[in-house]
Amino acid sequence: MVDSPDTDWTDVRLHVVTGKGGTGKTTVAAALALALASGGRKVLLVEVEGRQGIAQIFDLPPLPYEERRIAVAPSGGDVYALAIDPEDAMLEYMEMFYGMRRAGRALTKMGIVDFATTVAPGFRDVLVTGKTTEAVRRRSRNGRRVYDAVVLDAPPTGRITRFLNVTQEVAGLARVGPIKNHSELVSGVVKSPETAVHFVTLLEEMPVQETLDGIAELRSAGLPAGGIFLNMVRQSLLPEAALDMAVKGRFDSEELARGLEAAGVADGSQAPALAKALAEEVVEHAHRTELERAERESLAGAGLRRYELPLLADGVDLAGLYELAESMRTQGAA
Amino acid sequence: MKTPARLDIDAILDDRGTRIIVCCGAGGVGKTTTAAALGLRAAERGRCVVVLTVDPARRLAQSMGLTELDNTPRLVSSPEGEGRLYAMMLDMKRTFDEIIEAHADPERARQILSNPFYQSLSSSFSGTQEYMAMEKLGQLRRSDEWDLIIVDTPPSRSALDFLDAPERLGRFLDGRFIKLLTAPAKAGGRSAFRLLNAGFGLMAGAMTKLLGAQVIKDLQTFVSALDAVFGGFRQRAEMTYKLLQAPGTAFLVVAAPERDAMREASYFVERLAEERMPLAGLVVNRVHVSPAPGLSAARSAAAAEDLESRGEHELTAAVLRLHAGRMQLAARESREQEHFISAHPTVPVVQVRAMSEDVHDLTGLRQIGNLLATA
Repeated sequence: MVDSPDTDWTDVRLHVVTGKGGTGKTTVAAALALALASGGRKVLLVEVEGRQGIAQIFDLPPLPYEERRIAVAPSGGDVYALAIDPEDAMLEYMEMFYGMRRAGRALTKMGIVDFATTVAPGFRDVLVTGKTTEAVRRRSRNGRRVYDAVVLDAPPTGRITRFLNVTQEVAGLARVGPIKNHSELVSGVVKSPETAVHFVTLLEEMPVQETLDGIAELRSAGLPAGGIFLNMVRQSLLPEAALDMAVKGRFDSEELARGLEAAGVADGSQAPALAKALAEEVVEHAHRTELERAERESLAGAGLRRYELPLLADGVDLAGLYELAESMRTQGAA
Repeated sequence: MKTPARLDIDAILDDRGTRIIVCCGAGGVGKTTTAAALGLRAAERGRCVVVLTVDPARRLAQSMGLTELDNTPRLVSSPEGEGRLYAMMLDMKRTFDEIIEAHADPERARQILSNPFYQSLSSSFSGTQEYMAMEKLGQLRRSDEWDLIIVDTPPSRSALDFLDAPERLGRFLDGRFIKLLTAPAKAGGRSAFRLLNAGFGLMAGAMTKLLGAQVIKDLQTFVSALDAVFGGFRQRAEMTYKLLQAPGTAFLVVAAPERDAMREASYFVERLAEERMPLAGLVVNRVHVSPAPGLSAARSAAAAEDLESRGEHELTAAVLRLHAGRMQLAARESREQEHFISAHPTVPVVQVRAMSEDVHDLTGLRQIGNLLATA
């Protein structure tokens, strides 16, 4: 283990990453794990929804219920991954705390997993978060933490507070007993300053609104909000003034036509038509940029740290992940 | 690439035989907006439509001129023409409560409604929402007040859960585990595990240890109470399932031209075929097109570079870069769609181009409807 670098989240060990569907939550979680691991640290990346998203993103065969090394971080450091299956987590839990592996298997055979996922998702969540927080707390024989950080690719924004608020969710079901105790242990970690819940969003109206709602809900449950990752941000290539003119409908396509002619992409007779078509693109782009500005402002109102991640021109691949991780490091997110 | 058949939205909406349209697909691809736009278009083409959404987006309600959506269909004012448009949002707990109230005597209903397991089950997001969406769909259909019902499916983890939910709940309530829990209760209820064999004794011990005795007792009460009303439950689920397979139903798979969403769409198409559910086609939302498709990304970028190196026409160079990016994006989007099209060449497809602004009102929804029908 190396000393924590000076970042915005130096004291955080559990990074929970949530976001609306389609915002790139898994990508951001994976990149964050790489960024946190860089410089010789050891990070565990956890997924809980059985989608095998981590395997897909790192181009690996499906991950088993086992912590295994999946990537090497920039300038040394390891990313481990774990796909938590609630059924396996339960078997492990029973064996660990009660030495009851056989009974655990019997429970599985009797449909206890259907039971957990159908009737009481709170139980399922407590098993999953329980396994995650166990990895956060785990220490090696010399007393040091096994992982410098754990990154959890969590359920989407609409479900995140219920998912993390395990004590609340199982309180009505188990007022006393081991599940209750277990949920309090989990809650102790999740509500501590060692945890941060990060939101991934796009600069679009709906994901931004959902993010703001999610943050409010999280805060009212006493859970620690982390940062906001603005994903797939497009660089504006055009100067302010040109965008401004475009929004006002006064973009000069004649100058554009002359430029196109000079560049040799159109001759004198075609240039005006091409310029008009391209001007349409400019106007659209300008409108979008203006909307994005408004969305940025609403997000600023949440009072959390914000990080901007570029849209990857070639889609998300391994090289893209490293690029995002680097961008997170430069911005101090890791 | 083979060009797929064009999905003819108006033919589906105008066919009086179409009674149910189910919009399904991954989260974040615009299912709800698609459902609402289809609803408006159908109403303006003379149909009496109800849109059932599970998405609590206030914006959608507002775009239809309603301050809020709830569990009762509300009339959306002022679609043009003689059709009518209603909209509602699923309240899964309310829907579940209503089923219980309809199927159990008042005393038993009270027992169920106040049980902590019922409260967890009826307000949780996993499975119940899907199940209740199907239940509500069945109710709307049986009421026969609307000649077209458009439903968007919950943003499930796998996007397929709504097909499995009724069966899963049924399997759970019919399961051996539950039978064992309920058996002693039926036999007098003195001991939860009295009649059980040794294997189950072991399990019961584990259960009690793991969950605590109170939990077992609550669960048992809950299951035996629910058991009494469940016959009706299961029958309804099966009826709805059959309804979905019937010729009056059209499934629209909704996607965006991105890898995950297209992969999910493929999976969905295959799954619908397996379940013999009638697939109408694929809607690809938010497709980027350029008004200047003749100028390729490569040529545009090269020209920009040329201008930049000469230090001339700075603005034109920037515009050419913008265009190159747009063309690159369009190319990537069409690659993502090609996989789907080559795997499912017979599925009709319609593309809806990306709009620079979100939908805020009926005009916006109408515009989406136009794009769906004439893109």
